Amino acid sequence: MIYLKLFLHFFKIGAVSFGGGYGMLPLMRETVLDNGWLTESQFLSFIAVSESTPGPLAVNMATFIGASQGGIAGSLLATLGVIMPSFFIILVIAALIQNLLKYEGVKAFLSGIRPCIAALILTAAVTMGFRIFFGITDIRNRMSADYRTITVFLLLLLAGFASKKKRGKKLTPVAILALSAVFGIVLQLIFSYS
Amino acid sequence: MGKTTTLFLTFLKIGAFTFGGGYAMIALLKEEFVSRKHWITEDDFYDMAAIAESTPGPVAINSATYIGYRTAGFWGALVSTLAVCIPSFLIIYLISLYFDAFLHLTYVQYAFQGIQAGVIYLIFSAGIQMAAGIWKKKNRLHRLILFAVAGTATALSLSAVHFSTLLFILACGVIGVSAYLAGLLHHTDTTRRKP
Repeated sequence: MIYLKLFLHFFKIGAVSFGGGYGMLPLMRETVLDNGWLTESQFLSFIAVSESTPGPLAVNMATFIGASQGGIAGSLLATLGVIMPSFFIILVIAALIQNLLKYEGVKAFLSGIRPCIAALILTAAVTMGFRIFFGITDIRNRMSADYRTITVFLLLLLAGFASKKKRGKKLTPVAILALSAVFGIVLQLIFSYS
Repeated sequence: MGKTTTLFLTFLKIGAFTFGGGYAMIALLKEEFVSRKHWITEDDFYDMAAIAESTPGPVAINSATYIGYRTAGFWGALVSTLAVCIPSFLIIYLISLYFDAFLHLTYVQYAFQGIQAGVIYLIFSAGIQMAAGIWKKKNRLHRLILFAVAGTATALSLSAVHFSTLLFILACGVIGVSAYLAGLLHHTDTTRRKP
């Protein structure tokens, strides 16, 4: 039953997505790939759209993935699933235990989770890179490098570095996505004419 | 206008116009509820921000629920949480209807080739930024967790061994608590030994 599955999976994602925004991406990626809901590149496109529209990334992603698997009902259930754990946890905190964060045990639990989330986000980025840039999903695969996406990534590294040096500011996510779209088109045209 | 209606409209507006995720929203919320409406004191607001950032779930949802509850009880919480999601839901649902057709356009395909690399770049730099923040605090346990998890998770994933992200997260929470308890025991040990 896809609806129940969507709801339960997104409930789980909502319940352990510490670290805001990108914190839930590793688990969400695992979920969509394991269930065969999306391919790696579809998942990346969904992130791009969710980042360039208003609203929290988690809600946008849940709606998008839910809609792709189960239409309007699927998107409603996935979205409800992802917000429900937060809703009840915060309700309990606001009503009963406002000084939750002052308990040493809770602090210790969160402090163990934070480096783990950072590591999982990095791992997700690296394994996505292996798949998209080199066509490698596990080490037994033969490498088939995709020079276009690799070049775009390198250009973005340069642009990010230049922006930090020149303006002392990082590029915004939307600027990075816009740049990468332009690079993608230009490189494709160059590659197909050469 | 009742408080619940105002909450609904305010969070609807916030949901519709906040790009850049939760942290951009915190500033907007403070302006709206602390400076303009005086519904929440500054101290309470900072407590809320700390809670919203450290509990699971999007910061936007967490703060909507919290502020909603503090101003108008359970219904306030429910209305605010739903309101902050409605714009995203509608926008993304509409996009999802046409997304497949959109992706079939030739130039869009070219653009999305590049965008894939862009998204990997975004995730990678978010991870690096978080990791650097943890590294700078010079806590040996946290540095160890960072390396151990990144190393094992990457190795497992590249050798196509299935692992659950969920287990990593919970295990690290337990390690954090155990380290704290071990520290307590050690501490009481040494204080006892002193004459």
